[in-house]
Amino acid sequence: MTAAFIYPLTGLIEKTFVITEFELRKLRHDFTELITRALQPALWLLIFGQVFSRSGAMHTGNLPYLDFIAPGILAQSVLFVAIFYGINVIWERDLGIVQKFLASPTPRAALVLGKGFSAGIRTLSQAGIVYSLSLLLGVKLNWSPLALLNVLIIVVLAATLFSTFSLVIACIVKTRERFMGVGQVLTMPLFFASNAIYPTDIMPSWLKTISHLNPLTYVVDALRTFMLAGSTSTFGLGHDYAVILLTTTILVFIGARLYPRLAS
Amino acid sequence: MTDIVLEIKALTRRFGAFTAVDALTLSVNAGEVFGLLGSNGAGKTTTIKMLTTLLPPSSGEARVAGFSITTQAVGVRRAIGYVPQAVSVDGSLTGYENLLIFAKLYDLPHREQQARIREALEFMGLTADGGRLVGQYSGGMVRRLEIAQSTLHRPRVLFLDEPTVGLDPIARDAVWKHLVELRANYGTTLFFTTHYLEEAESQCDRIAIMHLGKVAALGTCQELEASLGGGGHTLSEVFVHYAGSALDSGGTFRDVSAERATAQRLG
Repeated sequence: MTAAFIYPLTGLIEKTFVITEFELRKLRHDFTELITRALQPALWLLIFGQVFSRSGAMHTGNLPYLDFIAPGILAQSVLFVAIFYGINVIWERDLGIVQKFLASPTPRAALVLGKGFSAGIRTLSQAGIVYSLSLLLGVKLNWSPLALLNVLIIVVLAATLFSTFSLVIACIVKTRERFMGVGQVLTMPLFFASNAIYPTDIMPSWLKTISHLNPLTYVVDALRTFMLAGSTSTFGLGHDYAVILLTTTILVFIGARLYPRLAS
Repeated sequence: MTDIVLEIKALTRRFGAFTAVDALTLSVNAGEVFGLLGSNGAGKTTTIKMLTTLLPPSSGEARVAGFSITTQAVGVRRAIGYVPQAVSVDGSLTGYENLLIFAKLYDLPHREQQARIREALEFMGLTADGGRLVGQYSGGMVRRLEIAQSTLHRPRVLFLDEPTVGLDPIARDAVWKHLVELRANYGTTLFFTTHYLEEAESQCDRIAIMHLGKVAALGTCQELEASLGGGGHTLSEVFVHYAGSALDSGGTFRDVSAERATAQRLG
């Protein structure tokens, strides 16, 4: 009985990494994307961050405002990159690539999770950009190796979460035009209904409730705790990790169910 | 008795009120080259999608290499290869990488992977181009790579949906030369759809002409031509007789634009 249970699981993990490996191989010829993606977090930190920091309008407790939003902007850029990942799947469907993978014996969950992980690894460059900008702006960062490792893990997990969400949307809408529309509609509410650029304490209560249902809030909380020197978690790191992992698992499950719809 | 590798019984697929495939019954022998003809919208692609487990049937059943498409989908997937009508290799990977990923996904033994890939590239006349990005390949090379990719695991049945659409006559001949060798070397059964009647005539052991989701005619090319009576009929006349005039043919906007896009990419 254990063997019957373990084989599908090792097969799933192995195939997930095969998919991830080949998604990453495609990156070699795609370096312009890494550079253009650096622009948005730079604008948010250098312009929005600096201006609001001077105005003193935001009460962020014992953290200077720039320190407060640096992890929020990292989370935001991960979200913005990951949320449009599903467009690739629609593109691969318009070619015949999705169909060919679905006609192979690869577990559906491996197809979905493999793509999610590769999106996760691709967004690691955003961490490099936000750390460089933070250093430039004098944000007090936590350089302990354990904290850095946790930041990397959370960035990969968060990108996996939101790119899988994106893939689920792609499986439902199926066309590029509708996908872009839905993507635009979702990103800003997810961003604003979170603790990325202001604390949830200053939100009206309805928004605060929504923000507590938003996985991005827990991503930001975990990143803020690990990235900054002398910051403490609002919800508890165990709670943050649990929300992120559970949401990702549910989304991979839904994605694996919906992915075959792309072929029909 | 010949070995039956594909057995279709009353296979039906409805989309809302529209019946795309209507109680299709058919069997194909191992090692046969079987051509499925019909106008756009006759149900050819829907049939292939059901046989490759991409689309569940509304009713009916089919067994591919002994596995049921409804209850043993993974068994079917291991036993078949599939070349969709649209381009199904990745332009941002090299030819070699496109093959390597499928070698891994189909669990080819690690020791054999390199040898099989080398053999597949050589077999399809792509040895010199394995290290190039597929985005730079010609249409005929793309199709040959797709066939190499979907036969790496030596499937018993290879499904091809319009394998030569958009190819010039020379590239088309090259694709068929390799397909014929594939059957000769490995006994692979070829099940394909096409709009090119001369291709069906020269390559198929048997032909089925589909019309409105049903098999309108089935047999060898000679049998079909004789079925009209009077002698001296061409396959083209047979086609018009069974599949109706091409002018009233179906096919949605999406089908037609997808087909043109494929032709444009390969051509």
